[in-house]
Amino acid sequence: MQRRTIFKLAAAAVLAGSFGLGSAQAADPIKIGVVGPKTGPLAGGAAVTHFPNFELWAHQVNARGGLKLKDGQRKIELIVYDDRTQPGETIKAVQRLATVDKADFIMAPYGTGFNLAVAPIFDKYGYPQLAQAAVTDKMDELVKRYPGLFFVQGSTTSYAKTAIDVLKKLKDEGKIGNKVAVVNVADAFGIELANAGRPLFKEAGFEIVYDKSYPLGTQDLAPVIKAAKAANPDAFVAWSYPPDTIGLAQQAKIEGLDVKAYYSAVATAFPVFKKAVGDASENILGAGGVKYTPELEKFYKELKDVTGVDGDYWGNPVYYSMLQIIEQSIEAVGSMDRKAITEHIKTHKFNTLIGEIDLSSQRLQWLWTVGQWQDGIFHGVNGVNVSDGKPVRLKTGW
Amino acid sequence: MEIIIIGLLLGGTYALMAMGLQLQYGVARIMNLANGEVLVAAAFGTFWFFSATQVSPFVALIGIVPLAFVVNWAIYRFLMLPLVKRAKNQGQLEVDSILATFGISFIFIGILLAVFGGDYLSYSYMASPVHLLGETYGLNRIAAFLGSAVLCVGLYVWLNRTRAGLTLRAVAVNPSAASLVSINVVNASALAFALGGAVTAAGGMMLSMFLTFDASLGVIFTLKALVIVIMGGVSDIRGAILAAFILGLTETVVAILVDPGLTLAAAYVLFLIILLVRPQGLFGRRTS
Amino acid sequence: MNSEVRTFGIAVILFLAAATLPLISSGYLLSIGVSIAVYTVLATSWTLFSGPTNYISLAVAAFFGIGMYVVAGGIDLLPFPVLVLIGAVVGALFSAIVGLATLRISGVYFVIFTLGLAELIRQVVSWGQATMGTSSGLYVLTDFTDPQIYWALLVLAAVVFLIGWWIGRSRLGFALRIIGNDEVVAVHSGINTARAKVILFVISCTFASITGALVAPRYSYVEPTIAFNPFISFQVVIMALLGGVHRLWGPLLGVIPFTILWELISANFPTQTTLLLGAAFLLIVYFIPHGIVGLIESGIQKWKGDQHG
Repeated sequence: MQRRTIFKLAAAAVLAGSFGLGSAQAADPIKIGVVGPKTGPLAGGAAVTHFPNFELWAHQVNARGGLKLKDGQRKIELIVYDDRTQPGETIKAVQRLATVDKADFIMAPYGTGFNLAVAPIFDKYGYPQLAQAAVTDKMDELVKRYPGLFFVQGSTTSYAKTAIDVLKKLKDEGKIGNKVAVVNVADAFGIELANAGRPLFKEAGFEIVYDKSYPLGTQDLAPVIKAAKAANPDAFVAWSYPPDTIGLAQQAKIEGLDVKAYYSAVATAFPVFKKAVGDASENILGAGGVKYTPELEKFYKELKDVTGVDGDYWGNPVYYSMLQIIEQSIEAVGSMDRKAITEHIKTHKFNTLIGEIDLSSQRLQWLWTVGQWQDGIFHGVNGVNVSDGKPVRLKTGW
Repeated sequence: MEIIIIGLLLGGTYALMAMGLQLQYGVARIMNLANGEVLVAAAFGTFWFFSATQVSPFVALIGIVPLAFVVNWAIYRFLMLPLVKRAKNQGQLEVDSILATFGISFIFIGILLAVFGGDYLSYSYMASPVHLLGETYGLNRIAAFLGSAVLCVGLYVWLNRTRAGLTLRAVAVNPSAASLVSINVVNASALAFALGGAVTAAGGMMLSMFLTFDASLGVIFTLKALVIVIMGGVSDIRGAILAAFILGLTETVVAILVDPGLTLAAAYVLFLIILLVRPQGLFGRRTS
Repeated sequence: MNSEVRTFGIAVILFLAAATLPLISSGYLLSIGVSIAVYTVLATSWTLFSGPTNYISLAVAAFFGIGMYVVAGGIDLLPFPVLVLIGAVVGALFSAIVGLATLRISGVYFVIFTLGLAELIRQVVSWGQATMGTSSGLYVLTDFTDPQIYWALLVLAAVVFLIGWWIGRSRLGFALRIIGNDEVVAVHSGINTARAKVILFVISCTFASITGALVAPRYSYVEPTIAFNPFISFQVVIMALLGGVHRLWGPLLGVIPFTILWELISANFPTQTTLLLGAAFLLIVYFIPHGIVGLIESGIQKWKGDQHG
């Protein structure tokens, strides 16, 4: 008896699924697909940097009455899928959005590998892919391969280089010595940054006095910090990932790691970093950074009000700017013609939350890549083609 | 000396992760893949409590531990017991409990996501240095170590000195013989499972002082705990505690003397070697 | 003999029918098809060893990852088919060592031993990559399309089934079944249990490596968390157990409904996916206790009973 009920339920679910195949009409909302990890190793970062931006954007556009197209205003409907941090799932979800849900637009997924895994599908169905959360050194090759792929991000080397440039400047000004301790997490981005950084440190005249990796998921970073401290460095650089970015800083504080410059990579720009490390986060350098404007302040407030999420000082504003580009392009084209939208993105300049953006080379021309916690805000101090960064402060104790 | 202290602190951390699972597997024979989620849920609860009240997170134990006890008791009573009753042998129960607790872990993650959201949670408490023999250590880690020591000793004494504890040990060693001497195996198993959940939750509270959590992190703690419990030999809590400290010391020695990149690799090598030499774990008995 | 020919015929027809999928759909259905093909190979080859012996291995992800890394490491140097072959050989060598090492270990100790082993391999590979690797080894940019990968996986699945069928009829399969029933009896009846177990373990793991190698171009970018995701191991075990491990075609009956159920839940309840999946799991465990195969077989028995009654 019970078994039969279950089968009935399953059958009902199949029917419900197949009814979802209905076609879109003009009065229907614009369907926008969102894919990302709600569970799995990358879920923690995506919950801050990825999902809330779409939610806020859709909320705001719908509050205005929708996107203005030639045939009138249409509201946005988000279709959100969890890829569980597995590329196979990302591929399936994007396929489903493209062919079953018939999404009008699909947002790029979260993570370098995941963007590359679905690039062929975006390409095949002609969806522009504006990848915010993909950092790679293969941009040249990839944008040639996929004409609709845009990197709204920096390259791996640019992250390593600009961070090392900040240290070099301090060294050249005589503010710090030339000894640097470098650690990295043994996972994709950490490994890439470390490999890109090694020759750059040498070029910049630094002596690497400590250079080790540690496994993802290390629960005690005391040995790493103690060893780095014993090497007596002037600067400390960690090409790190979220849980350990926080763990390293907490340990460095306990240990009283005496360096004039302290850098850690991913998630230094997250609000949870400040919460976990407290006032000791002051003057810590990290990946990301923003130019803090009144508009940005308003953005963070709205993000918090609508989604309940405290935005980070790295991905969120860039993500939102990317959504503004998409919005402006759709309205300029006046329809959901994806080819025309791609073309429009390639041939126009856009005014966004973070400033003017030009994606004609399928990549961002300028970007904050190094930030520093100063008076409770993670200000941009260096980047690619930016000049008005805040002056870098020295780390003076914990 | 420094290596030993850091190693002991890490061992205490691992003991917190593993003791609960040891009780659940050793006595109730349930390989609980949802154990790590209980730990994460407790850490989230602590975070929420500390953020709201700014009172010492240890106070949160008053609420978290009984709650975890009740929830885990209910899981055993209503979800595990039917499986235990229908299983013809230990192998069948193992298969069923893997499937069922895997499902429960998903339900836990789903609830955590719905209640707390998916982002990283971390706070700062007792993150101040303590100077010991010329070296510095984190106060929160020392506090967690002491907490884990209290739990270890308390559990050991309870298991060996009280009637209820002896009952549990009897079931751990031989459930069918235990039922012959009129021990209620079902009640003993439910108690062990619930107690295991409560111990895991207490561990989660203490770990939350210095680790960063997100809703999907549970599996990492489950895997670590499984390795420790198996390394120790499933039927004796001393085995799990010893294994936790051996792992903590090994990882620290490798991190400081060899290469921090190889800490986890070394831990697993040690685990594999121990099983190759003693296929039944450190304190395990050979069963036929 | 007659029924065997019939079964074989049905299998060939099903295989050919499956092979036409890319002609019908190149999109969503095909991507589900690839998922099903991947897990069919993994779960069926897992069952070749674990089904008859009752040794539950959680090392699938390790060998899957090895295959993937071999391809990622060599894609700029060697042609793809050669890399798949190398991946198979490396996987076979590794699994032979592991198989020999685990001979004394049984029960839950074996389960967690294999889990520890998978993590060890992942740690060593990550460390190696961090210490001496270059970042370019991570990219697998090829022109392979989903239909090609799908067909390759389908052929691989056919090979797994043929080998499974052959083992079932051979002395090896007989030996394994005795081991599964009672290892002591097996030893006393003069069966070389060690040899039988190692051979089967190697066969089983080699297929996981080949699968990883074939899938690598589809992912384009290989990193330790993706290649060695322990979740793959669990998912394979669960699908196989759900289907039934005492029939060669059992895992297939786990993989297909599981994948479809998973899709239905994540498509229709995107916000509560995890929660509902967990609930679905529990329902399966309680109401389909002997796997889909058990369900079907008891159904057939009942039907036959009704006919006679």
